[in-house]
Amino acid sequence: MIPAGFDYHRPADIASAIAIIQQHGDEARVIAGGHSLIPMMKLRMADLSHIVDLQAIDGLKGITVSGGTADIGAMVTQNDLITNDDLAAALPILREAALQIADPQVRYVGTVGGNVANGDPGNDMPGLMQCLGATYTLAGPDGSREVAAREFYEAAYFTARDDEEILTRISIPVPAAGTGYAYEKQKRKIGDYATAAAAVLIRVENGTCTEASVAMTNLADTPVWSQEAAAALVGSNLDDNARQAAVRAAVDATEPVADNRGPVAFKKHVAAVILRRAIDRAADRAS
Amino acid sequence: MKDEVQTPEERTANLKGMGSARKRVEDVRFTQGKGNYVDDIKLDGMLFGDFVRSPYAHARVVSVNKEAALALPGVIAVLTAEDLAPLGLHWMPTLAGDKQMVLADGKVLFQGQEVAFVVAEDRYIAADAVELVEVEYDELPVVVDPFKALEPDAPVLREDIAGNMEGAHGPRKHNNHIFTWEQGDKEGTEAVLSEADVVAEEMVYYHRTHPCPLETCGSVASMDKVTGKLTLWGTFQAPHAVRTVASLISGIAEHNIRVISPDIGGGFGNKVGVYPGYVCSIVASIVTGKPVKWVEDRMENLMSTAFARDYWMQGKIAATKEGKITGLWCHTTADHGGFDACADPTKFPAGFMNICTGSYDIPVAYLAVDGVYTNKAPGGVAYRCSFRVTEAAYFIERMIEVLAIKLNMDAAELRRINFISKEQFPYQSALGWEYDSGDYHTAWDKAMKAVDYDGLRAEQAQRLEDFKAGKTRKLMGIGLTHFTEIVGAGPVKNCDILGLGMFDSCEIRIHPTGSAIARLGTISQGQGHATTFAQIIASEIGLPADDITLEEGDTDTAPYGLGTYGSRSTPVAGAATAMAARKIRAKAQMIAAYLLEVHDDDVEFDIDRFVVKGAPERFKSMKEIAFAAYNQAIPGLEPGLEAVSYYDPPNMTYPFGAYICVLDIDVDTGVSDIRSFYALDDCGTRINPMIIEGQVHGGLTEALAIAMGQEIAYDEIGNVKTGTLMDFFIPTAWETPNYQTDWTTTPSPHHPIGAKGVGESPNVGGVPCFSNAVHDAFRPFGLTQSHMPHDHWRVWKTAHDLGLHE
Ligand SMILES: Cc1cc2nc3c(=O)[nH]c(=O)nc-3n(C[C@H](O)[C@H](O)[C@H](O)COP(=O)(O)OP(=O)(O)OC[C@H]3O[C@@H](n4cnc5c(N)ncnc54)[C@H](O)[C@@H]3O)c2cc1C
Repeated sequence: MIPAGFDYHRPADIASAIAIIQQHGDEARVIAGGHSLIPMMKLRMADLSHIVDLQAIDGLKGITVSGGTADIGAMVTQNDLITNDDLAAALPILREAALQIADPQVRYVGTVGGNVANGDPGNDMPGLMQCLGATYTLAGPDGSREVAAREFYEAAYFTARDDEEILTRISIPVPAAGTGYAYEKQKRKIGDYATAAAAVLIRVENGTCTEASVAMTNLADTPVWSQEAAAALVGSNLDDNARQAAVRAAVDATEPVADNRGPVAFKKHVAAVILRRAIDRAADRAS
Repeated sequence: MKDEVQTPEERTANLKGMGSARKRVEDVRFTQGKGNYVDDIKLDGMLFGDFVRSPYAHARVVSVNKEAALALPGVIAVLTAEDLAPLGLHWMPTLAGDKQMVLADGKVLFQGQEVAFVVAEDRYIAADAVELVEVEYDELPVVVDPFKALEPDAPVLREDIAGNMEGAHGPRKHNNHIFTWEQGDKEGTEAVLSEADVVAEEMVYYHRTHPCPLETCGSVASMDKVTGKLTLWGTFQAPHAVRTVASLISGIAEHNIRVISPDIGGGFGNKVGVYPGYVCSIVASIVTGKPVKWVEDRMENLMSTAFARDYWMQGKIAATKEGKITGLWCHTTADHGGFDACADPTKFPAGFMNICTGSYDIPVAYLAVDGVYTNKAPGGVAYRCSFRVTEAAYFIERMIEVLAIKLNMDAAELRRINFISKEQFPYQSALGWEYDSGDYHTAWDKAMKAVDYDGLRAEQAQRLEDFKAGKTRKLMGIGLTHFTEIVGAGPVKNCDILGLGMFDSCEIRIHPTGSAIARLGTISQGQGHATTFAQIIASEIGLPADDITLEEGDTDTAPYGLGTYGSRSTPVAGAATAMAARKIRAKAQMIAAYLLEVHDDDVEFDIDRFVVKGAPERFKSMKEIAFAAYNQAIPGLEPGLEAVSYYDPPNMTYPFGAYICVLDIDVDTGVSDIRSFYALDDCGTRINPMIIEGQVHGGLTEALAIAMGQEIAYDEIGNVKTGTLMDFFIPTAWETPNYQTDWTTTPSPHHPIGAKGVGESPNVGGVPCFSNAVHDAFRPFGLTQSHMPHDHWRVWKTAHDLGLHE
């Protein structure tokens, strides 16, 4: 549990960080909170000669909510997501989800940027960001570009981000007032990744569901955002049939693998239960 | 004088003696980060060791190439079995009469086995060098199932003893067989089984787990080539035994070895055994002439240092139609891993598994245990229990439940009618023990009343109806356990480890001003000895506990003892403490009589002083007596006031308890929610109620872990699947339920202060209690037995297999 030697860099702005990465190629990696990367280094599964710490870059910090958009810097910690009042008002699902990530010690240091950039299917934020329709800003040697969270994840640890790019900001459209939400997660214990987790948004107008979004975590090698599940809900009055159809659609799209949390049949079953609970809670909260 | 205005109650309170909830004196340094653990030891020029470990569970080691590692700047040495062989240290004796490779000698037998020891100038270089050692392996077929290990064509694991059919504990039946241990009356039991009204039969598996103390194992060895003295700091639960063993295997004279156990961050049995790391740090220090530190990391701790349990217990229990138990039969297949490194008294290869008749008056019983080699890590330590007592308690407490199902009886009532009654003590058990004291019915009735047992059963029945009516998806389970432990090993006549009798010791020195230092042969790893043993002395000799320093763990200063595990400190060293204190009190009596100018028999001890009988205003306080011991020339008495006692206990002690757990199970997700846990413990005389409560909380939490999720799991090719704390369950405050503690007090008749030991009871009783609660929830649907740990997916599977998801 002792990492191999490495050089430590602490650039003060994004351009310098990118320059260091360019200079060292795949020998270099950015580090944010380090709570995913350092364990990999200690296990010597990530062998890196250069660590580029993003802590000192002001341009990666800050949370603003205005004009129907929440803008979150990559270096915002998971704890910041819990304690920020503007976010709590605009996007309470962020707090609900962040509170279910790891433990306070991890959340004080672990960042939202690291969580979404990591590409680990176990991370909770990617599925949540897909549910919310978030957009990531990536800064690279040739400037910035935007990628939708729903387009970002390609396979476990493989994303649309180029090696020389840094994820700088996340922007999330604030759901309409009264939108119901829920983040539901089953885990073995505090500090564990999900056996199954579900993020759900439901908007109801005049008794009919007009908008819905459903995503699930740790049930495939990327998050499972299910348009079919949303489609099953939208237009319905959220009766039992619609909810069941949504659950079926989403769970059908999952491809869990057996691990110490349990075999595939168990995971699929729990995924259905957890998603149903999330839909029920989101529907209850919709007004 | 202040004394004169104090009431006897005030004087007693000042002492903070037995019965006082005195705060733990250890916590001041621990809560301020001022503890001193092995890894805190830093010596000039100290080198660091790290292991190259086998990735395979069973393989031949074809070659070890050290060149690249040795070429790395800062690397001092790379040791392999070949280097240790000339010293005869490539193998070492285990505590169980077997031997174990220190470094792989031609083959490896489990994943994580030590293959080479790298010594470098710093810890980071050592870790880098480990990566550079090239080992060529030839994989061999792996056996992880103890039953398959005994099949006729199973691969031979221990080629070093192949064909040698006489083991340390009698004949071996197979090359992968270690021993058979039989207790009780086989024929008599079989006769009862064949004629019984009812026989319930079940396989009870207690899975492999690990003590996983917060601090992992480690050592610092420092060989002084000038004086010829070796100092060894280490995570040792038995420092004196380590000194003797180190002397025997290294050839260094015992007076030239000083073993020090500094602060220990939890042991739970994990730190009883001798590990290759200790031996390698010693050898490396001898070779280099410099101090060498070795501290394992968490993954190494989980995969290579001693595991616990892994007992397959086939049981049969016979009873009359009315539920009176008539006989008990048990055959255990014990998976010991690649080497038999169990930590048990020599004559007990399966520990005290023969306490498996539990709290019940069972007229005839038979137990056989077969030890088996597999491609898993060695160990089989008593994880917060006295030698296999938790396996025994789990077995009998499951068998009682299985019998209750067969008889269609309430399991509380079944226990009640079979308890050994108060009048039967001292009680001779069918498997050979003499239970010292107990009052099980009183404890049980108190527990039943405290939880409103009938009310709980009524609520459970209602819940079941609601479940069947589709109103809820949660089942309620009520877990019951009445356990009896056997602790305090033990009488030298039948208990020894490597030939060392299992007595223990205490030496007390009273200083002239009336304060004192006491040293014991035990070593605290969190039990709070410095707090409680001072309380024993305070009550016995009448000096305040706050004025008594307590030291353990340094073999150059402490009297010889066998260490701390198996709840033996209070039963054995605690008795020695009381006995040493009584020697001091006897001398103090003579001094007091001299000072008061009366005959020895005319003074009597009174809390903190000796008074003249019938004239309590004439007295000498213990403080005055202490001073007199150093400044008066008393005819016929030597100066000074100190004593030592080596205590050989006449019998074990038998703590017991009644536990009740209530939980709710979500059948759809397999999630269990522990609603309440009531724990009544009877540990005889209670020395410090606050420490007892803390020990019970800790033990119950470890029991929760084991029952509900904690395991060392292997895949079919011997890979450890639970090698980090992500997968190995250690409960946090979040998962830990609220515990309600309670007690009865039935003193041990043979112990000087009547104390029995408590640190392990909650683990022994807790595991079956949690497990029984899970089983109880599913009893109405036909479940009789399922295997721990009851984690989400296994509970879900139980529900699934019972058709509860249809
Ligand atoms: C005990 C424990 C339990 C945990 N449980 C959970 C859990 O339940 N759910 C969960 O979601 N997470 C969990 N985590 C992970 C935790 O949330 C991490 O903090 C998070 O995944 C990564 O954030 P970080 O800031 O620590 O990133 P780092 O570890 O620093 O980085 C992770 C990866 O992302 C890259 N990266 C980081 N920031 C950027 C950026 N701005 N641009 C480009 N690449 C970047 C790094 O190069 C690295 O490859 C747990 C962690 C621990 C230690």
